[in-house]
Order: sequence, then structure tokens, then C-alpha cells
Amino acid sequence: MTVLIDKNSKIIIQGFTGKMGSFHADEMIKYGSNVVGGVTPGKGGSMHLNLPVFNTVKDAVSETGADASILFVPPAFAADSAMEAADAGIKTCVAIVDGIPSHDMIRIKRYMRRYTKSSKMTLVGPNCAGIISPGKSMLGIMPGHIYKEGRIGIISRSGTLGYEAAQQLKNLNIGVSTSVGIGGDPINGSSFRDIIEKFETDDETDAILMIGEIGGPQEVAAGEFAKENMKKPVIAYIAGLTAPKGRVMGHAGAIVSAYGESAIEKVEILKECGITISKNPSVMGDTVKLVLEKM
Amino acid sequence: MDIHEYQAKKILSDFGVTIPRGGIVYSPENAENKAREIGGSKWVVKAQIHSGARGKAGGIIVCDSPLEVAQATDKLLGKKLVTNQTGPEGKIVNRIYIEEATDIERELYLGLVFDRSSESIMVVASTEGGMSVEEISKEKPETIIRSKIEVAVGMQSFQARELAFGLGIEPDLIRRASETIIGCYKAFSELDATMVEVNPLVISKQKQILALDCKMSFDNNAMFRRNQVSELRDKTQEDSKEVFASDRGLNYVSLDGNIGNIINGAGLAMASMDMIKLAGGSPANFLDVGGGATPEKIVKAFKLVTMDEKVKVILVNIFAGINRCDWVAEGIVEALKKIEVNVPLVIRLAGTNVEKGNQILKESKINYIEANTLEDAANKAVAALNK
Repeated sequence: MTVLIDKNSKIIIQGFTGKMGSFHADEMIKYGSNVVGGVTPGKGGSMHLNLPVFNTVKDAVSETGADASILFVPPAFAADSAMEAADAGIKTCVAIVDGIPSHDMIRIKRYMRRYTKSSKMTLVGPNCAGIISPGKSMLGIMPGHIYKEGRIGIISRSGTLGYEAAQQLKNLNIGVSTSVGIGGDPINGSSFRDIIEKFETDDETDAILMIGEIGGPQEVAAGEFAKENMKKPVIAYIAGLTAPKGRVMGHAGAIVSAYGESAIEKVEILKECGITISKNPSVMGDTVKLVLEKM
Repeated sequence: MDIHEYQAKKILSDFGVTIPRGGIVYSPENAENKAREIGGSKWVVKAQIHSGARGKAGGIIVCDSPLEVAQATDKLLGKKLVTNQTGPEGKIVNRIYIEEATDIERELYLGLVFDRSSESIMVVASTEGGMSVEEISKEKPETIIRSKIEVAVGMQSFQARELAFGLGIEPDLIRRASETIIGCYKAFSELDATMVEVNPLVISKQKQILALDCKMSFDNNAMFRRNQVSELRDKTQEDSKEVFASDRGLNYVSLDGNIGNIINGAGLAMASMDMIKLAGGSPANFLDVGGGATPEKIVKAFKLVTMDEKVKVILVNIFAGINRCDWVAEGIVEALKKIEVNVPLVIRLAGTNVEKGNQILKESKINYIEANTLEDAANKAVAALNK
């Protein structure tokens, strides 16, 4: 999806010289992503993986023209890094890190209100697998080879369940335009609704698979948006039918605390919004296929 | 992370909220002395467990003499209290809070939570204190008033005042009520809380505004910068298997069924549980070893799942990305050398190098049932159970 990343996206790695940053930068480069450098405060001027290291995101942007970034910094410093990226003019930023305090996430989002819609960075994550536009660019930590190039958009809170979906689609010879992991935290950079809206206007996407789970209002908000504003079909699966109420299921955001947040309630509401439901996680691919055949 | 009532009260009082006089005790003698120290003629003995609805479960006893306080403490200490929030296994009482009794004129409700829709802090108040917020919203929804607080600027005096007037508090007490509400807000925002609930918040006959019972929960992700809060954790109030798991970096939730799960990723773990249910089985646990599923984590996961006597079948479902299936398979083989598994084992690998992974498992001579898809894995696990 060209609105988030494409072949021309110039990527920098924040937390470049650390173990995680180095490993995944290398994986992204091997996939074909256009990584142009990285940022590690205090190591500016040196080279790492044959690419320049900068002290600040601003330096990196002015020297390389970078427009996308991915964060591999510890949770305590992640909010600062995300705000630095937003201020330096990065357009798309992915936060992989798991464990950012919710108060920090709110702070980031309030900080970003200072930008107009057209100059505002899209933050994806935290606690996510990132973004991939198969065959074009990968800004994430997913196994690139399980994604076939194609015209289905995927949005998922879970990383591995998103992989599961991509693999099921590939086995049915169906490809993906872009897959976006929005992450498992209660407060995240981009919601289902934010991304679904981008897919609706994306020329390279025909239908959208939304993989949600228990907890929070975002699946329902996306469903209501789709009902009012979308022409492209939306298919959804909601994980956690068997999850007990009031317990956190791995993801900090996967907890049922209000009406409309359990899997059964979300499925009912999404059906009312005209969304096709994948009855179980084993038939996400088949359900997409059925919808495509009817188009 | 949850804390005890007495700990939450101490925190709120540091933020300017008035609480009744009281103290924590660990023995009946201790309790009797504490009652004398507090003074007065009526005391409340409160079992400290991580649960609400303690009163209905017999965990709160009103006493008329220090001797009665000692007897009530003796009765509660070491006991397992079962409330409608603890589950049938209940929670053990190791600490007792002794408090002076309050002459109550009015009982109010005050709660603060994160509102995920507006990404702000929501203050919820009602004139119907003493009931749970679920009961209030079902039975007296018209009494609920809400105020959204912008985190960047914090709670303003007028917002607290509006809430106080909304609760029908008399003019002379508005100022003190506003200070109380703002105190709760500050505790929430300055300590990385996720929930503060004062229920009831009372107005006493002596015209004091007091937090009579309170609960606080905190953001686990923020504990790195909240040492004083994280020290309040009481592991005796948590499921022992869940403590074992969290100490080892695993996400585990104990459930009622008999199919044990070892899965990477929270979403995939919930999805696998759903498939087990659809196949006619019931999961014994939720267990996410993390997206990476390193061999070390897999060993720990086997240790944890085999600790659970309910488990009659183990289902391993790993979708390998960067952590290739061959590496994961080696981890499983390694784990099974160290840990004895006496129940049927179903393994489903998917993703990077899946053929190589399955080959390693086959050649290792471990006793297991191979599955290919999510559905296949769930069906085989349930079938193994019924054999």
C-alpha cells in the first residue's frame, strides 16, 4: 500500500546498533527494503552494516531523506523515540517494542496533535510485527517469505495470528497488498479504523481481512466506519471466544472490561455492520476466498 | 498489578485523601493492641485479599471491644475467603486491617479508569456507593456521572467541582470533596495506575469525607519506574502457576479444562483455545511463550504445563518466523530430554523451515502426534483425550 510504505520508502532504524536493531535491519535489507541508515545517539558519524549512523532522527532525515522508521529501543525510551521521529518529519513509524506504559502512549498521541493531518506521522504499534507490502518493502519483523504478492489487505492485533492468515491465503494462492500489525496494547498508534480507512482508498487492495481479539472498542469502531463509508468488503476474525472475563490474555489490551468487548459481542456487532465473519481461525483464508468469488 | 486495600489507602492518604484511622496486623494479640491504640468504641476488622465483595463472604467483621477484634482476627487469619471474584479456590488471608468504625451519613461511588475510546482518564461517580459499578450501571444508570480528563493538562478544579456538585454534596463540603477527587486523580496519573476505585466514598455524620474502601491496579509495563509500587506486590494473592510463569517471562492464565497449551503469540494462543473448544475440548491454560519462542522458553513452558495435574493432553502450536521451525523443534526435543511428559503430545509447527522442523521431531524418537493445521491440531488433541 503506497500510503504507508512502498519500494521507494527510505527506512531508518532507531536503535540501529543494538542486537535487535542490527538483526532485523539485516533481515529487512535481505528482503529488499530500502534501509538508508540508522540512529543511535552518541554513535553518529560511524558506519554500521555499511550504512551511516546518526545521532538524531533530524540528522538522519536531512542527510538521507528518510521517510519511514522502525523502533528497536527499550520500552522506557520508546515514547521519546517515537516523538523524535514525528518531529523530524518521518511519515510512517513502526514501534515493535512490547512493554511501553499506557501513560506514555497517551503522551505520544497528545504530542502528535500539534501536527496537521497532512504532516502527521502514522505510528503503527507498539507491541506489533510491523508492516509489509509483499515484494516491495518490509518495515517489521515478520517472516517475509510467507506473504505472497496480491490484493488483500490484512490488519491484525496479533503478530503470529497475522502470519497464520498470510500462510492460509498463500496456500489458496491468494496474495497480500499490505499487512499491518497494529499491536496488542490497550492504547496504540493506529487503530483498526485508521488503517481500514487507508485500505479503502488504496488502489492496490480489493478486500480487507481484519484480525481482532477480545478487549477494547477498536474492532467495533472499524465495523461502524465500514458500514457507513466503505465499498470494499471486510472479512473479520475475532480471537478469544474461550477467554475468561476480566483476565489479561497475554496482550496488555486483551481484557474484557466492558460491554461489547467480548469475542461473541464483537462478532454480533460486526455482523450487523455487514462484515463477513470467519467462524474460526482455521478458515480465515477460505472465508476471504468465498468473498472474493462473490465479487 | 493489584494491591491490598490498606496499601491503596496509604497511597491515597499521601495524596490528600482522608482515610479512617487504622493499621495492619498479623496476629490476634497484635490486633487487640492496635484496636486500643486506635481508640474509640467500635472497630472494623477487614481481611486483606485481592478481591472485592469481601463483606458478603464474611471477610469484614464489626467489633465492639478490643477482645472481639482479637477474636475476629483469629477467625480470619489463615482462612481462604471465597468471593464472587476469587473463583472457587478462594484467596488466603495473611493480613488483617483494623480500622475505626465510621458513622456513615451518605455512601458514594468514585472510580477512575483508562478510557480506551477517548484515550483519556475517565472519572466515574455515582450517588449509589456500596454497590459494584456493574450493579449501579444496571440498576441505577441515571445516577452515574462521568468526566473525561485530558492527561496532558491534568484534572482541573472545575471538573472536580462539577463532579462534587453532581453528587449532591452540600456546599460546605464541596471544597474538601474536590480535593479528594483531585487526590485520587493525581495518585492515578503520577503512579501509572490503571484503576482507582473508592467504594464507598462516604460522608460521615461528623461531616468528614472519607475513603472507606479502595482498590488500585497498576500498569505492569510501568513498574520499571515505580519501585515503591512494585514492592507492594503480594504473590500469595496470585495463582502459583501464574507467578511461576510471570517470573520466567511467560504469559500464562490458568483455566478449568484439561488440554494444556504451549503457543507463541497471544492472538494465536487465544485462537488455538477457540479451536479446542470448537473441536469439543476445553483448554487447561492460556500460555504465550512470546513471538520468538526460543528453546529456553519452550523448556520453561513444558515445566509449567506439566506442573498442572488437570492436564491430560498437551498441544504445542508454534508459528515460526525469524525463529525457524528447525530451531524450535530442537528446543522441543531438548525440553523433552529434561522434562518427563506422561500425557499424549500433539505438535503443530508452521512457518519458516517447517519441513526441516518436522523431520527433526520425527528423527528424535520422541513420542508425539504430528498435526498440520490449527484445526487438525485441535481435533487430534481432543481425539487423544478421548482415547
